[in-house]
Amino acid sequence: MHWWFPGNASSVGGKVDSLFYVILYITGAVFVLVEATLLVFLVRYRKRSGRTATYVEGSTRAEIIWTSIPAVILVSLAFVSQPLWSKIKDSDTYPRDATHLGLEAKQFEWHVTYPGPDGKLGTDDDFMKRDSIHLVVDRDYVLEMTSRDVVHSFFVPAFRLKQDIVPGMDIKLWVKPTLTGTFELACSELCGLGHYRMRGVVIVHTPADYAAWLVSQGEATPADSAAAASNSGMGTP
Amino acid sequence: MTATAGAALPGHAHADDRSFVRKYVFSTDHKIIGIQFLFLSLFFLLVGGLLAMGIRWQLGFPGQPMPLGGWLPQGVAPGGVVAPKTYIGLVTMHGTFMIFFAVMPLLVGVFANYLIPLKIGAPDMAFPRLNMWSFWLMIPSGLLMTASLFVLGGSAVAGWTVYAPLSNVPDYTGVHLGQQLWCVSIVIFGASSLLGSVNYITTVINLRAPGMTWFRLPLSVWALFITAVLAVLAVPVLAGAVIMLLFDQTIGTHFYLPAGGGQPLMWQHLFWFFGHPEVYILILPAMGIASDVIANGARKPIFGYASMVWAMVAIAFLGFVVWGHHMFQSGMNPTLASAFMVSTIVIAVPSAIKVFNWLGTLWRGSIHFTTPMLNALAFVSMFIIGGLSGIFMASTPVDMYIHGTYFIVAHIHYVLFGGSLFAIYAGIYFWFPKMFGKQLDERLGKVHFALTFVFYNLTFFPMHILGVGGEMRRIYDPTVYEYLRPMQPINVFITVSAFLLFTSQLVMAWNIVRTLARGKQADLNPWRDCGLEWTVASPPPHGNFATTPTVYHGPYEYSVPGAAEDFIPVNQPPAQVAETRR
Repeated sequence: MHWWFPGNASSVGGKVDSLFYVILYITGAVFVLVEATLLVFLVRYRKRSGRTATYVEGSTRAEIIWTSIPAVILVSLAFVSQPLWSKIKDSDTYPRDATHLGLEAKQFEWHVTYPGPDGKLGTDDDFMKRDSIHLVVDRDYVLEMTSRDVVHSFFVPAFRLKQDIVPGMDIKLWVKPTLTGTFELACSELCGLGHYRMRGVVIVHTPADYAAWLVSQGEATPADSAAAASNSGMGTP
Repeated sequence: MTATAGAALPGHAHADDRSFVRKYVFSTDHKIIGIQFLFLSLFFLLVGGLLAMGIRWQLGFPGQPMPLGGWLPQGVAPGGVVAPKTYIGLVTMHGTFMIFFAVMPLLVGVFANYLIPLKIGAPDMAFPRLNMWSFWLMIPSGLLMTASLFVLGGSAVAGWTVYAPLSNVPDYTGVHLGQQLWCVSIVIFGASSLLGSVNYITTVINLRAPGMTWFRLPLSVWALFITAVLAVLAVPVLAGAVIMLLFDQTIGTHFYLPAGGGQPLMWQHLFWFFGHPEVYILILPAMGIASDVIANGARKPIFGYASMVWAMVAIAFLGFVVWGHHMFQSGMNPTLASAFMVSTIVIAVPSAIKVFNWLGTLWRGSIHFTTPMLNALAFVSMFIIGGLSGIFMASTPVDMYIHGTYFIVAHIHYVLFGGSLFAIYAGIYFWFPKMFGKQLDERLGKVHFALTFVFYNLTFFPMHILGVGGEMRRIYDPTVYEYLRPMQPINVFITVSAFLLFTSQLVMAWNIVRTLARGKQADLNPWRDCGLEWTVASPPPHGNFATTPTVYHGPYEYSVPGAAEDFIPVNQPPAQVAETRR
């Protein structure tokens, strides 16, 4: 039975998961310690005949200890989180040779624009597919995301990636799939009556499969796609 | 200033020749207003709970006819099955009713009104008429919001956060009037909240009895005072934002529409600039109530009283600079998000201090497991879970995955139900004898507590698992997604638990009805509490105190060594204490 994270399939997912587990272990330990202390106190200091409460107003020393320890742990958590966050979301750090794809969200569809044989968006050979994003494994992509109507949110659980898509804004997100396969894409910001069925798929191919897919879509001849696959710098023919 | 508080109205306590309408309907008496708020907000708690049952039915049994669903109009539930539009309407209105019309008025409307004057030794609020208006504005506000459920096009469906442009362009949802009524209702609600808040602030500053210094104020009063300051600063921002939203919908402005030069993210910034302080408006009074009840139940002073006060002050300040953590994935500049991550992480420190101080209060106490105490202890233990789960979303990369999932739903319910509502229950059980002169049945109270505690955890804890599994909130049918289908048994389990949780609340309703009808007379001070409110009759007369009390002690003088009793009322003259010590 699958009752936990979906298997990770992106370059950043493993790091997000590790950070999650670090927080889970810290908070889990604190949870057990604090709730156990509470329970012990409730049993030990329950009302009994012949025992009275001890008049204690506080202890500065204890309070300094339990203020500073959480403060140190929490602030170090911020320092651990920051580099990973910048790597994922700061578009200045994205790989320069990444392939750019257009992703337009509208109620309740995903429109994916591919750059075509010239590798550039916004030219005549671009082509569009609905509700499916075809990618090549281990290749860097930057999704250029726009919305035609309301706020949507790009969420691929297997990639651990989420980014709101806001009308009037151009938002970029770096994606690097590390496993081949089909992964579900969900809208995770309430966008209207059909929000729940604004589902898409991300299909991650091997370079050869991707070339075959292009041919099957009539977007490339077998010769084109072989050339495109070998020019991609991925080292796979 | 404080010395003349009660003396300004000599003999007020005896004169009570008001007509029935002035006494119980358009009353200016803070106690009646508090009780009016109590019944109004319990009613909306019931409404919000019923809407939640509709949500849970659809999530547990998607596409199956809902019990009694056949009674609903075909447009709302064709063949008894909740329609997708109805579903997001339920989600929107559940959040709206619970936050604005149930939990906030329960905490502030009920306890600030009822407790502040009694606990500080004042005859009433500083502005009794404003106070009356504060309640009577809630009536049109609540009526408009309720009416919006029944208008053509249905209620608002954009979530309680009503994100633009889904909310301000009717064409995106097909909802016109429902969303407009939502806006008007919230603006009136804001006026009510402000009138109450200026009153609480003025009353605490000006009407404290002689000897009731700032650092002798019970933590409940401190919390309600700080909350009122938060409300005065945050609620106008909401009102302004909502008025602009209403203009966008009705008269063609473009405040939140990029086509006309507006910005959808501006709505989110304004909403959360209100929304995050609002979170603390919903938890600080709960912390205050729990502190009073825990000190009483443990028969010990609050451990580190001064740091409890400063922790609340710190939370209030920091509460205004953390709103961006709701927007980490919104498209806001990621560097700005990092700044909000730091402030968010810092605000966890004062929350931790409070938890440790409650534990310190229990340490070496003599714990009486009364119904209010059990609920207050549940508040502490559930707030620990809600606080710890918040750390996950404070970390921006982890938030990227769990944002907008059931992990968030679990978190908010651990804070708002596990935290606030258990403290509200503690407060209701604790002060019911003061409000009505009758004692709620302890046995029924404990049954209610046990059922609520168990089913509450069975309902909300598994939502963490759903969230880690990646289930989005606000989706009508999770089984649309293949990766969510294996988790559907969890949804069924949650739904069954939620129905049982809802049903368990009927025990409390029955307890209240039965006690009001034929409950046993409460003792003058049934919890052997130090507070000033227990030195007068239950319910207290109009004007509260026959003569202005003088305060000689701190708020939590329990188990003072050598004293005859294990509590010293705050107004007991020191000479008497010395005598009993001998």
